[in-house]
Amino acid sequence: MRIVVQDAPFDLGTEAAGFAEGRAVSGAVVTFTGIVRDVDGGLQAMEIEHYPGMTEAALTEIAEQAISRWSLEDALVIHRHGRLEVGDMIMMVATAARHRKDAFEAAEYLMDYLKSRAPFWKREVTADGADWVAARDEDEDALGRW
Amino acid sequence: MDVLYFAWVRERIGIPQEAVDTQAGTVMDLVEELRGREERYAAAFADISALRVAVDQQLTDFDAPLSGVREVAFFPPMTGG
Repeated sequence: MRIVVQDAPFDLGTEAAGFAEGRAVSGAVVTFTGIVRDVDGGLQAMEIEHYPGMTEAALTEIAEQAISRWSLEDALVIHRHGRLEVGDMIMMVATAARHRKDAFEAAEYLMDYLKSRAPFWKREVTADGADWVAARDEDEDALGRW
Repeated sequence: MDVLYFAWVRERIGIPQEAVDTQAGTVMDLVEELRGREERYAAAFADISALRVAVDQQLTDFDAPLSGVREVAFFPPMTGG
């Protein structure tokens, strides 16, 4: 398991290839990547604040849960913070399992928990000013299915 | 103990972190104490249903006890991913 919290960009190709390489027991690797998308009015920047220390601990706990529940061979979480622009990659997860269903489900679980249980806060900067992104009820509700 | 604020809670209170000398028994007791300090605290803690709390970096509830605790953090619902 690898958990990375950084302000620097990451290389999706390198990370995905490195994660998939040399797998023996896993027949399935799933990766998901989150990208900064534009908003009405034009996004100038997305600023991501986090809680150093707790962030790494929370991500580790979430990944450990996923590994145990879906018997994953491995899991990877990379999440950026700081100032990002439209089109930048914010984060990625990767899961390796014997079969694809487990790899897909575990990746969705990681994403659902990352959205509302890891201490990150997004702020959108537009020409009209800067606003904190409000948590969405459906993100909280999504945890109910697990 | 150290009290930390994130996102709009930090902006409203005006500082990211402070040392607080308190006898508060629970998180809610600490909130009441902070509310009584100044208007900016009262504003930040006006609606605790809009807030989340972590004690020693673990998410918890407002009725969590504070004995032996080193760090309490207040923040809005998280928006990662």
